[in-house]
Amino acid sequence: MKWRKILSVASVAVIFCMIAVSAQAKTFVYCSEGSPEGFTPALYTSGTTFDASSRQLFDKLAMFERGTTKIIPGLATSWDVSPDGTVYTFHLRKGVDFHTTSFFTPTRQFNADDVIFSFMRQYDKNHPYHKISGGSYEYFSGMSMPDLIKSIEKKDDYTVVFTLNKPESPFIANMAMDFASIHSAEYADKMLKAGTPDDFDQKPVGTGPFVFVSYQKDSTIRYVAFDKYWKGRAKIDKLVFSITPDASVRYAKLKAGEAHLMPYPNPADLAAMKKDASINLMEQEGLNVGYLAFNVTKPEFQKKEVRQALSMAINKQAIIDAVFQDSGKIAKNPIPPTIWSYNDKVKDYAYDVAGAKKLLADAGYPNGFETDIWAMPVQRPYNPNARRMAEIIQEDWSKVGVKAKIISYEWGEYLKRSMNGEHSTVLLGWTGDNGDPDNFLAVLLGCDAVGASNRAQWCYKPFDDLLMKAKQVSDINERTKLYEEAQVIFKEQAPWVTIAHSIVYKPMAKSVVDFKIDPFGGHVFFGVDLK
Amino acid sequence: MIQFFFRRFLHIFPAFIGVTLLTFSLIHLIPGDAVELRAGERGIDPARHAAMKAEMGLDKPLYVQYFRYIGNVLKGDLGKSFVTKKPVMEEFLTLFPATLELSFCAMIFAVVIGVPAGIIAGVKRGTVFDHTVMGASLTGYSMPIFWWGLLMILFFSVHLGWTPVSGRISALFWIDVDTGFMLIDAFRSNEPGAFKSALSHLILPAIVLGTIPLAVFARMTRSSMLEVLKEDYVRTAKAKGLSPTRVIMVHALRNAMIPVITVIGLQTGVLLAGAILTETIFAWPGVGKWILESINRRDYPSIQGGILIIATLIIFVNLGVDLLYGIINPRIRYTS
Repeated sequence: MKWRKILSVASVAVIFCMIAVSAQAKTFVYCSEGSPEGFTPALYTSGTTFDASSRQLFDKLAMFERGTTKIIPGLATSWDVSPDGTVYTFHLRKGVDFHTTSFFTPTRQFNADDVIFSFMRQYDKNHPYHKISGGSYEYFSGMSMPDLIKSIEKKDDYTVVFTLNKPESPFIANMAMDFASIHSAEYADKMLKAGTPDDFDQKPVGTGPFVFVSYQKDSTIRYVAFDKYWKGRAKIDKLVFSITPDASVRYAKLKAGEAHLMPYPNPADLAAMKKDASINLMEQEGLNVGYLAFNVTKPEFQKKEVRQALSMAINKQAIIDAVFQDSGKIAKNPIPPTIWSYNDKVKDYAYDVAGAKKLLADAGYPNGFETDIWAMPVQRPYNPNARRMAEIIQEDWSKVGVKAKIISYEWGEYLKRSMNGEHSTVLLGWTGDNGDPDNFLAVLLGCDAVGASNRAQWCYKPFDDLLMKAKQVSDINERTKLYEEAQVIFKEQAPWVTIAHSIVYKPMAKSVVDFKIDPFGGHVFFGVDLK
Repeated sequence: MIQFFFRRFLHIFPAFIGVTLLTFSLIHLIPGDAVELRAGERGIDPARHAAMKAEMGLDKPLYVQYFRYIGNVLKGDLGKSFVTKKPVMEEFLTLFPATLELSFCAMIFAVVIGVPAGIIAGVKRGTVFDHTVMGASLTGYSMPIFWWGLLMILFFSVHLGWTPVSGRISALFWIDVDTGFMLIDAFRSNEPGAFKSALSHLILPAIVLGTIPLAVFARMTRSSMLEVLKEDYVRTAKAKGLSPTRVIMVHALRNAMIPVITVIGLQTGVLLAGAILTETIFAWPGVGKWILESINRRDYPSIQGGILIIATLIIFVNLGVDLLYGIINPRIRYTS
């Protein structure tokens, strides 16, 4: 009798425990690499800030499908483009709620006023919020929005019309970027009336899958799942960003079970991570390209044969092995393979010292010449060690008689001088913003970008005409053809040696389910679960 | 004593001017443009570049910038961060409690272990204990902090699982930050386990940060004790038949402590300013890490403001030490 009593009490206790465990909130700890600069994505440019803000808290009119660069409807259910490609009409989603937080309770749902507010703040210099929090909208300006947009108008509560000064096909992709996050106009008004508009950028309110709870600088950011999210509630209940700048310590936290996912592992730790039974290591090619640009305004690089010869003289595989170790892949095109219109038919220059020598001799340089290679002073995803890379290229070129001197400057100075074209050849790279080929090809190789981000100072009309045409067409198949053709011309003209696309690694705990690597390098936790 | 205090107090002003001038000149000597660094590979058009420089006040000649900065400092305005656009003072005050908490615990660890170890090593000179303490302190002093920190994490946190890897409290505790001192906030939160979690997060960083000061205190106390123990008054005290404990603790230690206190004062400054590596390894959200990041981003107001406040604190700590001398050894306040 006594035993039966004990057993029944014990079984009740076990059931209670099971209920308690199943009811326990699922807390996901992301071991982030740094502190956000703030929580209004339009004001900043760093991926760390976007991870903490736009990717968890906000939605955009158009969005990228999770883990891809494919554009899908977001807060706009659909959009129409006028035949001349200059008028974009967005039809907004109904029934979307803004977050209710300890500092704001919305009284209305999302509508056109919120879209107008979010863009006019950046566009209109007289907008009451334009100058708040420093008021520099680098992405909005960087994507040429002030010159591109003619007007933004509310047609009715659920229709917004953007009129452009010229046709621009990548415009929809731009609308999915972080700077285009939609904020609550009602919240902005409230903060303005309360005389605390700065708080608007530090205590965010959005429509995204997570609600902001608190931020302790350099320590933690806390979020909870938004119960009324229009796409359905997130599978995890709480999300914590545990800010840990050192990669080795992030790895230790992951191993000790204090975090579920970490970004940017040390390349040196990758081998151990692959063997670690407690860790899942996901990998994907990054949306970037590392390159060496020839300054075509320098006499020796004006002939394409010289550029082709020096491209052939570089042993890219040796660079991948020595500089990238396991974290890079040879690049043959100026856009990464994860972007649509990547032309896989393009043939890269094979490593061929004899062929390179012959080409150089034919171009009038049988004894080579003297030049310089600029090596970046910083580590970037597309180039983890520019100095080492420059040394390998220097060695390779010496075999064809080209003597190169390696030059480096402080990073800001390096960018400025290379923009002005002071270099002969320069190592640099690019990480894509919106998954559109135009964001690589036109930004880095277009005639408009000479003297700015076109480090080769290369303006080649047949190539540029294709880019211009592609901007004016909205049919994606037609654009694909144009960009594929552009890549063929690029390879033949060889203004750059395309060196590598990095491979992005994401180490995570085995309990993490359905995490997808974001091609833009971000971290999106909606859709992720814990088992 | 009051005269002594004022004399010492007047020394602060030249130090203050020196710090502002030095910080200002040094950060402007580092190459790099705050605007271009922000723009990165993307670049920025020259008109926008000029406008941003004007917004930041960087378009004026350096001496104008300096005097404007000093003028603002005298009004209590340290400016706004170029990056977060928040007032520098507000950012500093958010982070400083973390540094203070860590430095305080590291200092307690260093004093509580270092000073007694030094006393015993001094008294028992030439013994195994003496050699062990001196050997260990030399090792501790020469240990690269980064390596030492990672080693501790790998052994105690990853291998043994005794302490957490980094941070100030477990991610599972969502406590409100009122004072900024995690131990106090965790204690006041009444959440079961929060205080224990905060305390366990403090152990490794405090040990790592306290290692070098501990080594310095142990060596300093030992050599100071050895000197004092040779003094006539110690011999006299022994001859009077006082107990060895009384001779050491009252007669010898009080005099031996003067140089040790100087070093403790200096090390306090070092801890406040020099916790950069420890803060980075343990993801400790303090001012050291903040200043380092500000330097990388050329966030001039944050660098200038942060260093100025820390320097002012160090100046005051040293003033406190000077005054403490006067109390411990009256001869100092009369002769100076």
